[in-house]
This record gives sequence, structure tokens and C-alpha cells, in this order.
Amino acid sequence: MNSAAPLTKHQIAALVAADIEAGSFVNLGIGQPTLVADHLTPEQDVTLHTENGMLGMGPAAHGDEVDPDLINAGKIPVTELPGAAYFHHADSFGMMRGGHLDVCVLGAFQVSAAGDLANWSTGAPDAIPAVGGAMDLAIGAKQTWVMMSLFTKDGASKLVETLAYPVTGLGCVTRVYTESAVFLLGPGGVSVRSTHGITLEELRARVPVALATIEA
Amino acid sequence: MAPRIVSSPAEAVAGLADGSTVMIGGFGNAGQPMELIDALLQGGASGLTVVNNNAGQADEGLALLIKERRVAKIVCSFPRQSDSWHFDAAYRAGEIELELVPQGNLAERIRAAGAGIGAFFTPTGYGTQLAQGKETRTIDGVNYVLEHALKADVALIKALHADEKGNLVYRKTARNFGPIMATAAARTIAQVQEILPVGSLDPEHVVTPGIFVDTLVRVDAAATPVSQQKESA
Repeated sequence: MNSAAPLTKHQIAALVAADIEAGSFVNLGIGQPTLVADHLTPEQDVTLHTENGMLGMGPAAHGDEVDPDLINAGKIPVTELPGAAYFHHADSFGMMRGGHLDVCVLGAFQVSAAGDLANWSTGAPDAIPAVGGAMDLAIGAKQTWVMMSLFTKDGASKLVETLAYPVTGLGCVTRVYTESAVFLLGPGGVSVRSTHGITLEELRARVPVALATIEA
Repeated sequence: MAPRIVSSPAEAVAGLADGSTVMIGGFGNAGQPMELIDALLQGGASGLTVVNNNAGQADEGLALLIKERRVAKIVCSFPRQSDSWHFDAAYRAGEIELELVPQGNLAERIRAAGAGIGAFFTPTGYGTQLAQGKETRTIDGVNYVLEHALKADVALIKALHADEKGNLVYRKTARNFGPIMATAAARTIAQVQEILPVGSLDPEHVVTPGIFVDTLVRVDAAATPVSQQKESA
């Protein structure tokens, strides 16, 4: 559904949450994707995975709930929900790499038309490299969705023909949710599912990727 | 053989040779065997290769080992954090070698070493800088990178409880790397809150069987409230 105004971060998160099928196992990446949890409904019965060894992760812990032995991938104290399970790191990444998670939602520096993802390194020569679980998350789940701003501060599109940043995973992203549009990526190229505060013509002028439209 | 039960972390890590490869459990501070690391710091071994998910936080534990330049090389997935200043300084000074490994590959390399697997093909990292120079293969249309097993001379891990046979149970997300590191080291040292008599742990709940544990040391967990000291099976 198109809208006249760009989406807020919470509106983007709500769109992502609404697209997650009931009963899914989902990993939400650090940063903006964690907002998706706020918009999942109990009826969806979504089970959240955290890479450091837990299924059934609950909301952030506060006050007396804080337990140093119960944290998420961002090392933030969290809670456990009834039916939660703990497991070691090899099992955690095995369930990721083995395609057992339905959806993984990640942030990105850039996504290419072919679904290549860059989100682990800016490639700056003086930066200390750190990758964490980014490369495993990118290629592991049945579907990898990205939440990001479509444009940089300088107005350049982050949806590109070829990545300018170091690769996290090749051909792994199937959807990109942004404030200005939602894109579906597949073998047939990139199509625009909805636009927000921008016309298709403007979008085509600013995004250097061939954009098809989806007939409603 | 039943594990050796020692009375202090210092006794547990005594005799560790310079140049050893040391696995240290934990993800951030959860599951980090802080007292064993402190003992390592006081013990004086240097030129160490350390395997850990991170490269130390703030002014404690692994961060202090790095500050004291006792770590020649670190194998980890996520060294850079807001409070990793000791690693950052050592790295920028060229005084520590970094082998950066995607987290799942790190875990699987450790698991492989403990399971007698020499190397394996993984899709993680294919086509990235972290796979440069590594052997690749296409299997059933999927591209993979060859990653080698990662073993250690000693593993320092933290569990909740042990029994006198060395069987271990963990607590919540503090389990993380403990069970796999226990399998991948020539000598595994576990610090636990309690060492219980044989028969106290339900065999169905044991996570790390005692065959993988060589040394046990009891460390009081003053930081953990009694209400939270329930067993996590």
C-alpha cells in the first residue's frame, strides 16, 4: 500500500512484522531490526532466535529481571518466554546455516540488485574489522530481509547495481524495506511493492537499478 | 578418569606454557570464566594465542591480558566494541595479531576439532574478504569455503554446576561456547559455582559429559543473586 509520506522506523518495522508468517522462527539483527519485535502480535506466535544460544527470547529485561547470564546478540539483558530453549554456539549457528530459521532481518550499508549484502565493514583502511554473526545470518535463513534507509546523507541510493562496500553475503537478500519504498528481489530483478512519499518516477531517477512494478 | 578438583583458579591454570593456545568461553561477559582469566594474568604465561568470541571488555579479564601484551594472537569474530580499548590500542600498535572468523565458522571450527574433523566446507563467508585465499568448492549448486578445525592446548570455561565426575550443566545464554570448547582442548578447566556429589545431576540434564573435563575449580558467584542460581539444564 503506497503512502503519501515516507515511513518512520516504527512504520517500517510494522510492515516487516506484518509480513512474517504465523509460526515463524525469526532472527532480528542488531539495531533497527530489533524494532520489529515491538510489532509482532501474540497471534503470530513468532519464536525469536538469538545467535548466542536461545530460542524463545522475550523483550528486554528491566529492573529485577536483569540477569547477566541472559543476554541477546547485542549483549543487552533480555527475558525468556515460556517454551524457550538454550543451546551452545555450534547448534545455534547450525540452525542458522542449516536453513531452519524462516526469516532473518538485517541492517545494511548497501544491497545490490542481485541481492548481495554489505553490512559488516565500511572498508575504511584504519577501521578495526569485526564481523560477528553477520556472514552466517546473511546466508543462513530461508529468507533474508533488509531494513535500511534508502538514501545516504548525501542522497545516494543504497540499493545499487554493484556493492561498493565489502561483501557480507552474495545473492542472499530477497526484500528491502526502506522509508521510501519496499523492494522485492528475485531472479527476475528488482520490483517495487510500494512507495512512500515518493513517486515511482522519482524513485527510478534516484535509484540506479532497473525497477519493475507489481500489479496490485 | 575423574577430573582433578583444585582449590583455587591459580592452581587450576598453573604450569601453562608460554606460547600456548587458550580457548576462553563466554559471549561478552556471559559465561566468561573471569576468575580463571585473572589467574592466567597472575600466572605470567605469555605469547598466548587466545580463542574467544570477543577481544575483551573494559578493564577486566581478557582485556587486561591484552593490555599486559601477553596475547600474541587472538582468534575471534567481534573484537571491536565500545569498550574494547585495550585491544584497539594493541591492534593499532601492531602488537597483536588478529584472525577474524565469522562467528558460526568459529563455533564450527571448534566443534570440528573436538569431533575429530580436520576441515569442512561451509557456505558462510563465500565470496567475502574473509574467504580470500581459501579453497572453495561447489556442491549441489551451492558455493562453499574450506575451513579448518581449531584446537587448543587448554580451554577455560564457566559452567553452573559440576558433579565430581566432571559432568557440567550451564545457565541460560552463559552456555554459549563452553560445551564446544570443552571438547576441543587437550586440557579443559571449568570453573563452577558448585561441585556436587556423584549422582546429584540428572544424567538427562548433563550438557557436557565429564569425559571432556580435566580440572574443576569452585568459584563463588557472589555476583549472581541466589534467586537466579537455578540449574539450567
